[in-house]
Amino acid sequence: MGLTKSLRGRWRLTADRVLAAVFVAVGLLFLVDLFWGLLISGSIAFSRLGTLVWDGVMRGLVVGLAGIGLSMTYSILNFANFSHGDYITSGAFAGWATTYLIAGLGRADIGSLLLVGAGGSVLGGALGIGVTTTPVAVVAGIVVAGVVTVLLALALDRVVYKPIRSESGITLLITSIGVAFALRYLIQFVFGSDVRGTTAAGSIPQIQLYFVDGAVRIDAHDVTLLAVTAGLMLGVHFLLQMTKLGKAMRAMSDDEDLARITGIPTERVVRATWIIGGGLTGVAGYVFVLWKGTLGFNDGWLLLLLIFAAVILGGIGSIYGAIAGGLVIGITASVSVLWIPSAFSRAAAFVVMIVILLVRPQGLFSGRSTA
Amino acid sequence: MSTVDSARRLWEADAVKILVVLLAIYAAYLLSGLVLGYSLRGQLNSLASLTFYIGVFATLALALNLHWGYTGLFNIGVVGFMAVGIYVMAFVSKPLYGSGGAAQVGGLGLPIPVGILAGMTAAALLGFVVALPALRLRADYLAIVTIAMSEIVRFTFLSSTFQQFQFPHTLAGDTTRVGFGGGSGLILDFPDPLLTLIDALGLANVYDGLVSLVGTVVPNNPDPIVHSLVYGVVLLGIVAGYFWLLKRTGESPFGRVLKAIREDEDVARALGKNTGRFKITSFMLGCALMGLVGILWLMGQGAVTPNFFRPRLTFFVWIALIIGGAGSNTGSVIGGALFAAVLYQGPLYFQNLVTSVLQPGDAPGSFGPAVAPLVANLDPVPFLLYTLDSVRQLQLVVMGVVLVWLMHNRPEGMLGHRKETAAAIPLVGRSERGEGDDGNGPAPDAVATDPTLAGDASGGETDE
Repeated sequence: MGLTKSLRGRWRLTADRVLAAVFVAVGLLFLVDLFWGLLISGSIAFSRLGTLVWDGVMRGLVVGLAGIGLSMTYSILNFANFSHGDYITSGAFAGWATTYLIAGLGRADIGSLLLVGAGGSVLGGALGIGVTTTPVAVVAGIVVAGVVTVLLALALDRVVYKPIRSESGITLLITSIGVAFALRYLIQFVFGSDVRGTTAAGSIPQIQLYFVDGAVRIDAHDVTLLAVTAGLMLGVHFLLQMTKLGKAMRAMSDDEDLARITGIPTERVVRATWIIGGGLTGVAGYVFVLWKGTLGFNDGWLLLLLIFAAVILGGIGSIYGAIAGGLVIGITASVSVLWIPSAFSRAAAFVVMIVILLVRPQGLFSGRSTA
Repeated sequence: MSTVDSARRLWEADAVKILVVLLAIYAAYLLSGLVLGYSLRGQLNSLASLTFYIGVFATLALALNLHWGYTGLFNIGVVGFMAVGIYVMAFVSKPLYGSGGAAQVGGLGLPIPVGILAGMTAAALLGFVVALPALRLRADYLAIVTIAMSEIVRFTFLSSTFQQFQFPHTLAGDTTRVGFGGGSGLILDFPDPLLTLIDALGLANVYDGLVSLVGTVVPNNPDPIVHSLVYGVVLLGIVAGYFWLLKRTGESPFGRVLKAIREDEDVARALGKNTGRFKITSFMLGCALMGLVGILWLMGQGAVTPNFFRPRLTFFVWIALIIGGAGSNTGSVIGGALFAAVLYQGPLYFQNLVTSVLQPGDAPGSFGPAVAPLVANLDPVPFLLYTLDSVRQLQLVVMGVVLVWLMHNRPEGMLGHRKETAAAIPLVGRSERGEGDDGNGPAPDAVATDPTLAGDASGGETDE
C-alpha cells in the first residue's frame, strides 16, 4: 500500500479523497432521507425503525460474536477461514441435539432427539422449547455448543491446518474451503436437509416497549441473546487485556518469527486461539438458532459472508472491530429494507463492506491488534 | 526398451496427455455402461452428458487459469460472471413478449450471436467493476469481494424487483415487457442455438444425414441423441479454442507481463509496466470467457434459475483447476475432464451401477432409521442403502476431502510444477529433451522442472 502511494503519488490520493467524499455524501443523503421520513413527511414510523434497528442489533451481535473467532484466526494464523461458517452450524446442531435430548427425554425416542428431529420425527414446538419453559435444556445446549465447537476446531486444526501451517494464506484458504464442504454436507448427511422449527414460537414471553409512535416487541430470546453475547464479549475483552495470552496473541499477529524467538510458545497460542474462537463461534450459532427459531444445515454458510464483511469492516485482528463491524453489518442489512426490497438486504451489507475496502482497506479499527 | 522410450516421448506432448486421459475416461464409462447392460441409446446418452460436463468444466478451468494461474488473481466469484453471461444473453435474444409461447416475459428479440456477444461484454464489464476496487487490495480481499459480488448477482436475479419490467426496444421508444424471471426462473425460448448454428453453416443436410445414420442403429427417436452428441463435440471444439487462445495469450508479451505480475508485482511495476491495467485486462478477458461458458452451459437447457449459480459451482471449478495444477493449460483441461468424470458425474454413475447390479430396496428416508438397525442388531443394510441414496451430498463431502488432500500432498496439481515462467527464452539449457517438441515455443515443463525455478514459482504467491 505504501509503495502504491509513493508511486502513484498525489493523483491517487486525490482520487481516494474524492471517492471517500462521494460515499460520505451518499451516506448523508440516506440520513437526511431517514430524518425527513421520520420527522417531516412521517412516511417512516419511529416504531418501525426501532424494530428494524433492534432486529439488526440482534443479528449484529451474533455476527460480531462469531466474527471474533474469525478475526483472531485471520490475524494470528494469517488466513481467511472459509470453514468458519460451518463451525457455526456444527455448534448449533450439537447444542440443539443436547437441548432436544434434555427437553424431550421420555417423550420421544432418543435417536430422533439426538438428530434434532431429522425428517420431521420430533418437532421443537411440540417439545415446548424456550428459555423460560426449558431453561436447563437451553443452558446445557449453550455449553455443549461451545465445547463441541472447540473440540471440532482443535481436531480440524490438528489434522488439516497444522501440517500446512507454514504455507501461504491462499493455500490455507483453499484448504478451508475443502473443510467447509466436507463439514456442511456431512451435517446434511446426518441431520437431513430440511429446515426445522426449534422453539415453541407462540409461548415466548415478550414485552412491548412503547417507542414514540408505536411499540417495539422484545421477547425472552432477544434478551437471552443480548445477555449471552454481551457477556462473552466482555469476558474475551478481559481475558485478552488482563492476561499474558492476549499480549502473546498480539505479538504473534505482528510477527510470528519474532514472537517465537522471544520465547512465546506459538503453538500454544494457536491452540488458545482456536479454543476461544471456536467456543465463541459455537455459542453464537446456538443463540442465533434460539433467537430465529429455525435450524438448517446452511445457516452458518449463509452467515459467513456477513461475518467476513464485519471482520473486514472492523479491521482484521481487532475483536472490538469485529463487534462493531457486526453491529454495523447487522443494522445495515436490516434497516436497508426502508429503501430497497428485502431481497437485497444482504447485498446492502456486502456493498457497505466493498465501500469500506475502497476508502479504508485497513478497517475502521485499523491495524492488526488482537484485543 | 525403444517402445518404452518412444511411449515416454509421446507422453511428453501435451496433446497426447489430454487425449490419453479423455480416452481412459470414455473407456471407463463405456465399460461400466456394458456392466450396467445399457442399451446403445443409454451408452450414447451417458457419453453425451459426460462430454458436455467435460467441456464446460474444462473451459471454466481454462478461464480461471487465466485469472489465477497466469495473473495470480484469486477469483472465487466464477458463478457470478456465468450468471451475468447467460441472463444478459437471454435478455437480448429472447423473442419479444407476446409473440406466442408460454414465457412470462420477453426479451429484445435480437439474434443469438448478438446475445452471446452482449452476455460476454456484460460479464467483462462486471469484471471491470469488481476488479477496480479489489485490485488495490490483498489477494484474499479480492476473494471475498468476488464471492460477495457473485451472491449480489444471484440475489438480483432472484428478486421480484427485476422479475419483469418495461424496456425500450425501438429507437422510437416503444417499450416491451422484459425481465429476469425472479426465483421461478426464466424460460429460454429462443430457437435452438445448435440447429441455428448448423443452419447458418449450411450443414443442415449433414446433420440430417447423421440423424438418419444414427436412426439405423437407434430406431426410436434418434434426434435428441444426435443433438446432444453434436453439442458435446462443439463444446470440445470450444475447449480447443480456449486452449489455443490462452496459449497464445500466455506466450505473447502481454502474457509474459501477467506471469511477471504473478511472481512479483513490484518488480513488474519497477520495470515500467502499468500492472493495474494488465491485471484489469486479464481479469476482464477471463470474465468474458466465464460468461461465455455460462451461456454455453445453459442456452440449450430451455430454462435458467438463479439458484443454479450457488457458490458451490465456483468451488467445483477451483477443484478442477487444482487437480490439474494452476498455471498450466494442459493441466486445466485434464483437471476439468477428471473432475467432471470422477467427482461430478462419477458418484451418480456409481450409484446407478450399484443400484442396477444389486437391485436394492427402498432406502430409509433419514439418518435415524438408517442407523437404528445398525446399532440395534448390527444390520448394516439400511445404512448402506441410505448412504447410496445420499450420494449427491456425500459427493460434496468427497470433493472437500479431495481438495484438502490435494492441498496437503499435491498443491501443484497432478502434472507437477508446470507453471510457465515469465521469460520469453528458455532459462536453462535444453539438452536432449527439446528436439522432440513441436516447435511451438519452449516446452513448459522443460523449463519448469528446474528445481530452483519451481521453488520460486510456488513461493511467489503469498499476498499481493
